[in-house]
Amino acid sequence: MLEINNLQVKLEEEDKQILKGVNLSIAPGMVHAIMGPNGSGKSTLSYVLSGKDGYEVTGGSAALDGAELLDMEPEERAAAGLFLAFQYPVEIPGVGNMTFLRTAVNAQRKARGEPEMSATDFLKEVRSRAKDLKIDAEMLKRPVNVGFSGGEKKRNEILQMAMLGPKMCILDETDSGLDVDAMKLVAQGVNALRSEGRSFLVITHYQRLLDHIQPDVVHIMSDGRIVKSGGPELALEVENNGYADILAEVA
Amino acid sequence: MALAQLKQDATDARLAALSMPEGGWSAAARRDALGRLRAMGLPGRRDEYWRFTRPDTLNQPAPPPAAVLDHGEAPVFDAVDRLKIVFVDGVFDAAASDDLSLEGVTIERLAEARGDIHWARDLYGTLEARGQDPVQRPFAALNTAFATDGLLVHVHGTPSRPISLIYRHADTGSDAILHHVLRVDSGASVTVLENGPAAARFNKCMEIDLADGATLHHVRAQGRDHERRAVTHLFARLGSESVFKSFTLTANGMLTRNEAVIEFTGDDAVAHVAGACVGDGDFHHDDTVFVTHDAVNCESRQVFKKVLRNGATGVFQGKILVKAGAQKTDGYQISQSLLLDGDSQFLAKPELEIYADDVACSHGSTSGAIDEEALFYLRSRGVPSGPATDLLTLAFLAEAVDEIEDETLAAEIAGRLEAWLERRRG
Ligand SMILES: Nc1ncnc2c1ncn2[C@@H]1O[C@H](COP(=O)(O)OP(=O)(O)OP(=O)(O)O)[C@@H](O)[C@H]1O
Ligand SMILES: [Mg+2]
Repeated sequence: MLEINNLQVKLEEEDKQILKGVNLSIAPGMVHAIMGPNGSGKSTLSYVLSGKDGYEVTGGSAALDGAELLDMEPEERAAAGLFLAFQYPVEIPGVGNMTFLRTAVNAQRKARGEPEMSATDFLKEVRSRAKDLKIDAEMLKRPVNVGFSGGEKKRNEILQMAMLGPKMCILDETDSGLDVDAMKLVAQGVNALRSEGRSFLVITHYQRLLDHIQPDVVHIMSDGRIVKSGGPELALEVENNGYADILAEVA
Repeated sequence: MALAQLKQDATDARLAALSMPEGGWSAAARRDALGRLRAMGLPGRRDEYWRFTRPDTLNQPAPPPAAVLDHGEAPVFDAVDRLKIVFVDGVFDAAASDDLSLEGVTIERLAEARGDIHWARDLYGTLEARGQDPVQRPFAALNTAFATDGLLVHVHGTPSRPISLIYRHADTGSDAILHHVLRVDSGASVTVLENGPAAARFNKCMEIDLADGATLHHVRAQGRDHERRAVTHLFARLGSESVFKSFTLTANGMLTRNEAVIEFTGDDAVAHVAGACVGDGDFHHDDTVFVTHDAVNCESRQVFKKVLRNGATGVFQGKILVKAGAQKTDGYQISQSLLLDGDSQFLAKPELEIYADDVACSHGSTSGAIDEEALFYLRSRGVPSGPATDLLTLAFLAEAVDEIEDETLAAEIAGRLEAWLERRRG
């Protein structure tokens, strides 16, 4: 599904290398988790994959189902099936959440040569998916993320993911800022979407989320590289002992 | 001295090219306005009030030619059920207009209301003259003196349809001067629509007298002809508990100066003036607003948004004057521009002058580019850069468009803005 090969990235404005050769291969249907100290490059990886400005790829490649992602515009990556749930979802004053969702859904359909979703079908689907995530009608009407609490913003990301039905979902610290119940809702939302043809890359600092969304593989990222990979037990080790031991061991 | 002479010469040259219509009841007001115009002279480039907008092409005896745009689309408000009154290059077109009859209102043409007695006699030029202090507005005085036509509208009930003034432009060299007077009686309510480019150069003045408890909704769309020029004035006096809401859409136009002069004379009244303008290239748009609070517990709102690209210029001069004793005044003013490139510019001069102590007034002015974070967020969800930029641009304009109370009219305006942006994406 996702093949990342020796990906190297620096900041465009500064001479600062952030990703120093990331290798990652995620097969269809798999859930991978990435953990790692603050500033190790996890969000940068997710941004570079989704096409954010400000980064310069100095080497390597990243392909989604064989198509080179790094040559595409952000909207093309989305239409190709990539989705990023942002660590910090963006507020967009003046654009209603519903309008935003509908525009996004139909833009992707158009890019794939599919017919637009009818207003009634769309409404039906949004309502039912929003209900699962305990997002009320009022939140759907409000401008995108404006005045939403931290937890509401994260649930809104999952709603978008559910509506867009991507192949490759990257969740960047979707658990941060969530209370225990909201975390369960989000995890249920993710689990409901798990399928053979859909993969997940879950970035998190805590085992908690991984209790609910069980990963097949766990990676540790440090200083712009994936320094260790293993099974779910690796996350438990981090939870119990922090990163010091692991980093010392690979140093 | 040299400057004063230049001004004098420009004024003389312009006056030489104009002739005052036979007056009847309006003759005294016209002569008075001419006297005031001679005394103040046409604006010069050094005048503080014209610091950001060059008056030259508005001053010169004949207007620079303006091509007539054939955009092949239905004019704004075409789908609205309304009473249509059409002017072509400033000349009333009876064949294209509906009968000037509508329940709850009497409508006459200025050019036809002769005789010595008329209800509009107390108003014609009166609000304009009041509006000359403390800032001079020479083009309004010129208008009062030389207007060739216009409408005298007396609203005594609540007409079921809007009164729609349609200004067509057919002659590339036309120079139109229209003066409307509107009186809305106590408890009466009306919607007035205006649309169209009107002429190569258009000088329009509208004097509005709102009695206690009167309501006026005003929505206008200035025509899309690229080379047209316009200088317009709205003078509104608000009686107690009256409501005045005015919105202007400006898309294109080489030069537009829209002045709104609003005075609260009765308590508990509400006035909102808003504008959304979109300009591309050779576009200069100036909103100049002066709100005077001279009564208790009145609310004024000014909401002006400008989208500028390819070297377009936007100007905002807005003032809230709260006189002594105008307690509980709620005054709000916001002027913002969205610059879609580095060549465009926005010049703003927001002002507050307050002589009462128990008031809440705020003003803000900003100039910025498209929010890159928001743009990336939209693109990451699959919305291509063009439509995503438009969506954010419309969101920026929304606060102004939302000032239109009627949902159908608001949707019509929003649709025009969207289409304008879409055309520019090619
Ligand atoms: N646009 C930028 N400008 C300056 N520095 C940046 C920028 N983007 C990333 N960095 C730097 O790159 C490094 C990696 O940041 P990144 O956000 O990817 O870390 P992270 O692993 O997601 O951290 P966290 O766990 O705190 O979310 C940090 O040192 C960060 O300061
Ligand atoms: Mg991060």
